[in-house]
Amino acid sequence: MSLLASESEILAPLASGWFLEHAWLIPVIPAIAFALIILIGKRLPMKGSELGVLSMISSLVLAAGAGYQWIQRTNSATEDQFVEPVIKSWSWWRSGGFDFGIGQHIDGLSILVLIVVAFISTLVQIYSLEYLRGDRRYTHFFAALTLFSGGMLAMVLADNMMLFLLGWEIMGLCSFMLIGHWWEEDANSRAALKAFFTVRTGDVGLLVGISMLYFSANDWTQEHLGVSGFSIRGISAWALSGAPNSTVITIAAVALFIACIGKSGQFPLHTWLPDAMAGPTPVSSLLHSSTMVVAGVYLVARLYPVFFVGLNILGSGGNLIVIIGGITIVISAALAFVQNDIKRVLAYSTVSQLGYMMLGLGAGAWLPAVFHIFTHAFFKACLFLGAGSISHSASHHSFDMKRDMGGLRKVMPITFTTWIISTLALCGVFPFSGFFSKDEIIDNVGHNGYNLFMIIGLIGAFMTAAYMTRATYLTFFGEPRGASAGHADHGDTHNSHDADASHDAHDVEQSHGPHESGLLITIPLIILSVLALSSGFLNATPFGESWERMKLWVEPRSVEVVEETHLGGPGESLIINLPSAEEVHSKSVCGSAQPETGICYAPQLNHAPFKWLKAMMSMAIVFLGIAISWILSTLLFTKRAPRLVGLTQRVKILGFGHKLLVNKYYLDVLYEKVIVRSIAYPVARAAYWFNQNILDGILHAIANSTRKISGWVYKNVDQLVVDGTVNNSATLTKSLGTAAQPTQSGKVSQYAALLFSAAAVAALVLVIINT
Amino acid sequence: MFVNQFLFLGAILFCIGVYGVVARKNAVLMLMSIEIILNSVNINLLTFALRNGSTDGHVFALYIIAVAAAEVGVGLGLVLLVYRNKKTISIDDLSEMRG
Repeated sequence: MSLLASESEILAPLASGWFLEHAWLIPVIPAIAFALIILIGKRLPMKGSELGVLSMISSLVLAAGAGYQWIQRTNSATEDQFVEPVIKSWSWWRSGGFDFGIGQHIDGLSILVLIVVAFISTLVQIYSLEYLRGDRRYTHFFAALTLFSGGMLAMVLADNMMLFLLGWEIMGLCSFMLIGHWWEEDANSRAALKAFFTVRTGDVGLLVGISMLYFSANDWTQEHLGVSGFSIRGISAWALSGAPNSTVITIAAVALFIACIGKSGQFPLHTWLPDAMAGPTPVSSLLHSSTMVVAGVYLVARLYPVFFVGLNILGSGGNLIVIIGGITIVISAALAFVQNDIKRVLAYSTVSQLGYMMLGLGAGAWLPAVFHIFTHAFFKACLFLGAGSISHSASHHSFDMKRDMGGLRKVMPITFTTWIISTLALCGVFPFSGFFSKDEIIDNVGHNGYNLFMIIGLIGAFMTAAYMTRATYLTFFGEPRGASAGHADHGDTHNSHDADASHDAHDVEQSHGPHESGLLITIPLIILSVLALSSGFLNATPFGESWERMKLWVEPRSVEVVEETHLGGPGESLIINLPSAEEVHSKSVCGSAQPETGICYAPQLNHAPFKWLKAMMSMAIVFLGIAISWILSTLLFTKRAPRLVGLTQRVKILGFGHKLLVNKYYLDVLYEKVIVRSIAYPVARAAYWFNQNILDGILHAIANSTRKISGWVYKNVDQLVVDGTVNNSATLTKSLGTAAQPTQSGKVSQYAALLFSAAAVAALVLVIINT
Repeated sequence: MFVNQFLFLGAILFCIGVYGVVARKNAVLMLMSIEIILNSVNINLLTFALRNGSTDGHVFALYIIAVAAAEVGVGLGLVLLVYRNKKTISIDDLSEMRG
């Protein structure tokens, strides 16, 4: 593989543009808006909400502009050319030889997530205008919501791990504030704390992973790319260079993945996500669709080379990510069956879908997983906002499907239609968007040799279809029950109650019974459902190569890049040379072997060829799930078939399973009662014993000996020497004082005269000495 | 440069200030006299700063102005409290500290 300058062609520079160069403005705008809302929000006519909405809209515009110019950029590249990300970096602070940068790393992945986040945030803010009208902390809600989006946007376009960590932690903080928005209720503040601490547990992994990567990659990146070991571009290239020690990179990948487990609600740290439903519904929608939980998936997708090499993706039949992802899919889908709270069903569904994303990433299906982030954001946001719409206008702020819902399809036609579209998308029914992403994941997982996990994926698809059918049936079909039947039960205080106190203003209108929500709520729903229906066509693999736009725009091309630094340091213009023509058509070595002359930024991944037969099979499984669940729901909830009702009480095994599910596999008990106690209690007891026996013993011995010594000292030293001196000096002072008494006249003028004459004398002496 | 003239001005102001502090009975006038003393010091500092061509004296003068402002604030506060308690600001009436 000789790469002489004459062989390599010099390519024209890639197209760029204002939006791409200034993409760093996207998170800056919400950050400024946050400060403004906090400072002057309460004095504005709309209590600061207009600032939040405006900032999100301008971020969306910038992100969309950047997306358009990124598409132009990819089009300006030749087919096998690596599309350089638009990187800008500034020095943030320096400390002890470490240079912490701040900057943007704009490529297809970050553009995609930026657009999704800005878009969903905009809609959620508009929805919140109506949903939280009259709330007592309206301004603070919008401030936190804006900062939340800002944190996610900053994390997405971060060019180095430090800025990434900053955005990550901002989100952790804001999720705490938003989940605990109605903190007067004890359950809400507990949920907020739980979310915060659970995620923090995982965050330790992020810190460890970042530090490990920095210390092992820094030398290589400084030498080859002139960037620090925090740089995402540097780390990616380093991971694929063949230089890293395999143990180090494996441990770093595992540490980073632990952070993803915490953030993205993967098993076994998924327990915080369903509790996070305590927050206002728009928060749940934002948190579950585009921000926060996607962060963990995004981290894996962003630093994919590290995971690819560290966990030997494609090289083995199972690794940490696919195992965790697979477990998460199944256990959370099973939990969704026993929930009565509609938002909790959706929460477990999110956990399960995140499991799919992780499964895809772990099995080398990078593009389908990233595409699933994109499609999932739309339909999950739509489902959550739909649930909010029901509780807002029909079920008197209750989320309890069994008690307060049912038969709502007639009174809420818009909510019902959008819900059905999103549900079908979530189940992965053709041609809704979920089909194109989820089916691709399952297909590619099997194609890459993870056969067991493909089956788990299919089981998950079956369960998804079934529990969503159950939830849909309970909510929209059958007879109206409880609040949605008009029995406005003002005195009830069940757990799923959504801030009864803070919605007093609505209670009057609520007593009119269920009705369709206002425009500010339905318009976001309609927009989202249209996208849930159509966004899948952006990467419609069944229709051939020309439909795979995402592959063209988002997937980094796995090409060995030879960079010649052109006069001056890094960041100066680079001439990118391609390998000569014959090498282009051969398969890239990136990911599978050490690149010989250039640098790889992305591993070579396979794409499963689409087969209608496979799609039909998964479709059949989904429809089977829907049908079985529909029949069972009808029998159980409407006809109340005697053979089914109370089955869990009669059959012991089923009862055991049900109890296990209702108690969420006892994981909460394990964490709070067993782990926390077993660590905290012995530590406290040991500390007490140490205190009583050792510290006190030492103290008593010291005290006794001190008393004896002090007795002697008192008699001889204190009484004779010290007191004698003190008494004598006192007598002396007294006589001196009597002599000096007349000067203390109490007259300020006299004091001043003495002061100045003393100064004059001193000055005189000074002059005399100096001359 | 006529350094002497500046120094004379500073000395004269200083003397006026000292006279004011010693001879005046009114607390406010005393405070004003102290200001005059501080400003005479400023003049001296600036004079020597100009002669030596350094900016240190200017910086010190600025500091003194700031400190003097703070000191007057405290002083006037004291005078105000004294007036409230004794209905007078004559210094001679304040001789509780007599030994």
